[in-house]
Amino acid sequence: MRIDQTKLRMVLAGVLALALALGVAACGSDDDTTGGSTAAETDGGAIASNPANGKVNLTIGSKNFPEQEILGEIYAQALSAAGYKVKSDLNLGSETVALKSVKSGAISGYPEYASTALTSFFGLEPEEVPADATEAWEKANEEFEKEGLTAFEPTPFASANAVGTLKKTAEKYELEDVSDLEGVSEELSLYGSPECRQRIDCLAGLEKLYGLKFKSFNPVDIGLRYTVLEKGQADLSILFTTDPQLSAESDKFVILEDDKEVFPAGNVIFVTEKATAEKAGPDYEKTILQVQEGLTLEVMQELDARVELEKQTPKEAAASYLESAGYTG
Amino acid sequence: MSLPLDLHPVLASFGGAIDFIFNPQTSNVTGGKDVGGFDQAVELILAQLQISLYAMALSLLVALPIGLYLGHRGKGELIAIGFGNAGRAIPELALIAFMAAAIGVGVLNLTIALAVLGIPPILTNAFVGVKQVDRSTVDAARGIGMTEFEILRKVEIPLAIPTIFTGIRGSTIAIVATATIAPLAGVESLGDFILNENVYGEDGVLAGAILVALLALTLEFTLAGIQRLLTSEGLRLKTT
Repeated sequence: MRIDQTKLRMVLAGVLALALALGVAACGSDDDTTGGSTAAETDGGAIASNPANGKVNLTIGSKNFPEQEILGEIYAQALSAAGYKVKSDLNLGSETVALKSVKSGAISGYPEYASTALTSFFGLEPEEVPADATEAWEKANEEFEKEGLTAFEPTPFASANAVGTLKKTAEKYELEDVSDLEGVSEELSLYGSPECRQRIDCLAGLEKLYGLKFKSFNPVDIGLRYTVLEKGQADLSILFTTDPQLSAESDKFVILEDDKEVFPAGNVIFVTEKATAEKAGPDYEKTILQVQEGLTLEVMQELDARVELEKQTPKEAAASYLESAGYTG
Repeated sequence: MSLPLDLHPVLASFGGAIDFIFNPQTSNVTGGKDVGGFDQAVELILAQLQISLYAMALSLLVALPIGLYLGHRGKGELIAIGFGNAGRAIPELALIAFMAAAIGVGVLNLTIALAVLGIPPILTNAFVGVKQVDRSTVDAARGIGMTEFEILRKVEIPLAIPTIFTGIRGSTIAIVATATIAPLAGVESLGDFILNENVYGEDGVLAGAILVALLALTLEFTLAGIQRLLTSEGLRLKTT
């Protein structure tokens, strides 16, 4: 009646102790609904495929949230239509990672907001970011050039962070501008992406430039920015001005006017290496500028809506944009 | 004597990360405020431990009774092992987002999400540990008049302690390591350093990873020590 030690040891050894599953599997929803036509206003004409481009391999990158993925897909599909051999890598975690990827050659280029480039890469304070799109682009490009990079001209639409809230909260506290939060912010909780807490163009700026103190700041995944408002958990949430929810549910959500300019608006500029641009030839820049011409705030919101609300894939949304605007056949 | 050149970049990045843990660093995006440093590191370590503790408590509360009971009955292998393995395959972030709509984000959401990860190893090991106890031993216990509960408490659990504890240790490691996603669900943790390269830079990311690894190893050794103390003398692996 003695315990079989060898057996016990074998069981012990056989047990899997390593369940180190840091598997952060983002759930990609693959709904296959193809929507109607896009309301692209400009007709830039179809992209012509140039056989000479077939020798050039490009990898288009983007950060890992819907708007960026849509932009990445639009550029990738358009360049592919122009005859390039295109791959995409649309899952870069942050602008720091994205910039590093361009410099190391892991990606050829990616869309970046000019304001983000200026504040995050080149250390500008939010109020130093030019409000004019061309001016901001020129300033960013000047800095990029020093590092052997270049940025193409900006998109028509601009995106910015914004303090958003439920309409009823705004009415209750009589909020229109961010400044109106003075005196009531201590009672309100603010939700934003994890990095918002430390950023001068986010919570740090709201505290420093507006002098606001909030009841709490809670970090959440970007994808939950409306969920926390709807659930009633967040009194205030950091939203994007291009969010489709703002127009689709304008009776429900409102954003507060950023009267002290903590959240600089940024048009999108395509960042790439100079060497890549030279090697890829004139069609590279031409195609990118051509297809982004139709990207007004309205169109971008609609594309965001298809992905965020109607659960299309960024790939589908980009394809239908390119097709209905006449860029691809 | 200089270091071999190819080793240098690696050492340099570790040096930067260690420095980040002890001294606040400048950051491009904070408008002049320094980030990182000892105070913030300690604060985030405590936050990480706290949320891990909640998740461990819930995991134990759910998994131990079920695992022990099923093991004692020698039934329900499908539940104990099948469920257990299925639990490991659920993607945490999707689960958090799914629960966010129902119960919101925050401590409760995260505790449940992490417990889903922590339950399987405990459940499976408690089941296996108790079930594999020599049947003749159990029969003898029953023969001298022990109640079923006494058999479980005085015979089966003591004999199964090493296996049960292996499950608890595995579960702890999984939970502590995964608690780095807390900042995506409304709760601070060391994941703040890891998720926000824009703010903390490469040094911060590496510093976060180092701290999580140290935390996991410390817990592992502590639990191994406790396990040794709880194991009845006759069962201890001899260190000759």
